[in-house]
Amino acid sequence: MMDSLVLARWQFAITTVYHFFFVPLTLGLSLLVAIMETRYVRSGDESDKRMTKFWGTLFLINFAMGVATGLVQEFQFGMNWSEYSRFMGDIFGVPLAIEALLAFFLESVFLGVWIFGWDKLPKGLHAATIWLVAIGSNLSAFWILVANSFMQEPMGYALRNGRAEMTDFGALVTNPNLWHQFPHVFFAGVSTAAFFVLGISAYHLLRKNGSREIFERSFKMAAIYGLIGASLVGLIGHAQGQHMIKSQPMKMAAAEAIWESEDPASFSFVALIDQGDQTNIFALQIPALASFLSYNTFSGEIKGIKDLQAAYEAQYGPGNYIPPVALNFWSFRIMVGVGSLMVLLALYSLYLAIKKRGAQPSWFLKVLIFAIALPYIANSVGWLLTEVGRQPWIVFGLQKVQDAVSPNVPPGAVLLSLVLFAVLYGALMVADAYLLGRYARQGAAADTH
Amino acid sequence: MDLNTVWFLLVAVLFIGFFFLEGFDYGVGILLPFLGKDDTDRRILINTIGPVWDGNEVWMITAGGAMFAAFPHWYATMFSGFYLALLLMLLALIMRGVSFEFRSKDRRPAWRSLWDWSIFGGSLVSALLWGIAISNLFRGVAIGADMQYSGGLLPLLNPFSLLGGLVFVSLFSLHGANFVCLKTKGELRDRAHALGSKIWLGAVLLTVLFVIWAFLTTDIVRLGAILAALVAAVALLAEGWFHKQRQEGWAFGMTSLTIASAVVMVFAGLYPRVMISSLDPAYSLTIYNASASPYTLQIMTIVAVVFVPIVLIYQGWSYWVFRQRLGREDTLEY
Repeated sequence: MMDSLVLARWQFAITTVYHFFFVPLTLGLSLLVAIMETRYVRSGDESDKRMTKFWGTLFLINFAMGVATGLVQEFQFGMNWSEYSRFMGDIFGVPLAIEALLAFFLESVFLGVWIFGWDKLPKGLHAATIWLVAIGSNLSAFWILVANSFMQEPMGYALRNGRAEMTDFGALVTNPNLWHQFPHVFFAGVSTAAFFVLGISAYHLLRKNGSREIFERSFKMAAIYGLIGASLVGLIGHAQGQHMIKSQPMKMAAAEAIWESEDPASFSFVALIDQGDQTNIFALQIPALASFLSYNTFSGEIKGIKDLQAAYEAQYGPGNYIPPVALNFWSFRIMVGVGSLMVLLALYSLYLAIKKRGAQPSWFLKVLIFAIALPYIANSVGWLLTEVGRQPWIVFGLQKVQDAVSPNVPPGAVLLSLVLFAVLYGALMVADAYLLGRYARQGAAADTH
Repeated sequence: MDLNTVWFLLVAVLFIGFFFLEGFDYGVGILLPFLGKDDTDRRILINTIGPVWDGNEVWMITAGGAMFAAFPHWYATMFSGFYLALLLMLLALIMRGVSFEFRSKDRRPAWRSLWDWSIFGGSLVSALLWGIAISNLFRGVAIGADMQYSGGLLPLLNPFSLLGGLVFVSLFSLHGANFVCLKTKGELRDRAHALGSKIWLGAVLLTVLFVIWAFLTTDIVRLGAILAALVAAVALLAEGWFHKQRQEGWAFGMTSLTIASAVVMVFAGLYPRVMISSLDPAYSLTIYNASASPYTLQIMTIVAVVFVPIVLIYQGWSYWVFRQRLGREDTLEY
């Protein structure tokens, strides 16, 4: 019989990864739709309005899923992780409450106005409402990452009254982890939206049906958007990795599968990892590259997992401080590999949009349809690396996951909830995919009613 | 007044806002199968709350966030203790939330009917469970010295709290009927008016019974709570009169006042407790033993003072934008 802890972890993993299927598209597409509508306000061109409405409808179908599954996030900290809530509530509750007050109200209220206000508001004001939605959505990402950054790199707190208490709100919002993580997530959202729009535009360009002009325009906008997004995700991600070498060395050592401290440290492209014996059975390596990636110079020590384990045992007491190494290692490589592929695809798309307007090769358009999946893969493994790499901690150095779970919830209740969420989420995924597919294929002239 | 009390009041205000606003959109959802005779009717009903339901729901999310930030132990004890009830509520809210967006995006009757029932069920279950949860807060549950409630779901489904759940369902249905009267025209409006009269009788009986039961058996007998209960009773009776006169604005105002007073009754009866222990009064969670640190309360106070008025202004504006009544000839987005 699995215990509540294992089940609660699975529930968190499943519901959070699922929730984050929808969030990045909301973040990026809200902004892109706002840009499109601004274009319409300036040009007054009806085809710009049709373009805005076409992508807006897909945005809304996706948004509904993000909002609905987001409710679970707020509830489950208390439901499954009540000891975490008691220990961390003084700090963690604050960004959550601020997120609701500053961001959720903004995006929800103005999205309602946007959907229903096409004939009720002047054009400029109507466009302003989708900008407020975009700002609200991205603000909500900011505040939830304030909360997550504390879990990665706690600061501005004191341990008092058996819990972590906030002593400096400013430290929470200036956390260096936040200022790497937030732009990384923001541009990941931009990239997700860009590949979504590129792929669906490619589909329509292949079919050579009506509205060609709208999809040519969408294609070009998305290519620019995607090139900016994917490049900056990579650059910021690189800086984030360099920061993490200092702030969470164990996570990075696991992500690179470096067991023994090395100076200079080699970079492994692939490795066959044996966590039990704490070694790599096989690795394809380039000498000194890991040091270079970490410090911009071909020397510099990277602490190995074994040394870090010993150091943590000395600092925090006996225990296993090693996260699942292979999962981190491969999550990291998939994220970087997929991200790099996205940069290349966006670059070539932009080249085609400028040089070969109206004559993109059909093989590449087909590739772009499948490429819609790429950001989803990168987003998911990125979060796996972030969260799994922090194990066994729920708050780095302060509380372990095993101490955070609700003591009063029996395994049967958690199991029931896990099963019900899995079933409901599975069914909703089918409905969502059906609607997205239907509206994506329908073309930009369709009457939506 | 200390900041703990300020936050107790603010959480109360958030719950008032939540039940006042989402009360009518739950109500519209519950009445959907009864008022909507055909697909166009049902679309009109959904479109009356279409632009606003999501913003209304943020009141609940903010209330939850405020509980977490200002009273972490309250949030932890209640959410872990009421586990299965909240699980059901989440499932209901998820189904309901996606339904609004999905429902009219396919013409097939089976598709639409599926999401219509999900709006109905999601609204009904959420209203019922909130009633049950709030009733249990002040009826008392078996919270131990460790601040944990481990009793599971069954003790929460006691007759008193089930009645509380029905009170919520009836009041929200009445509130929803009043909202439909304000926002539609023609036959639908007449139908909502007729149905409202029937719900009113049920709501009065259930509410009076519940309030008497509450004052006889629970520990909320305070002057403030009694006054609030009287206001709620008078407002609910006055609603019946305004309803007969077809004073729709006043009738809606009266259900609003009833709901707000009911929340005030609960909070005034609880103060300074937030959850009552049925095992020992000393184990009850209070605004002091469940609270965040003074520093956190200060930060949160500043944020609330600045941003709550801004939210009220733009949310109010959104209602003004959609002030017109909807009829069969109007463009329906959902």
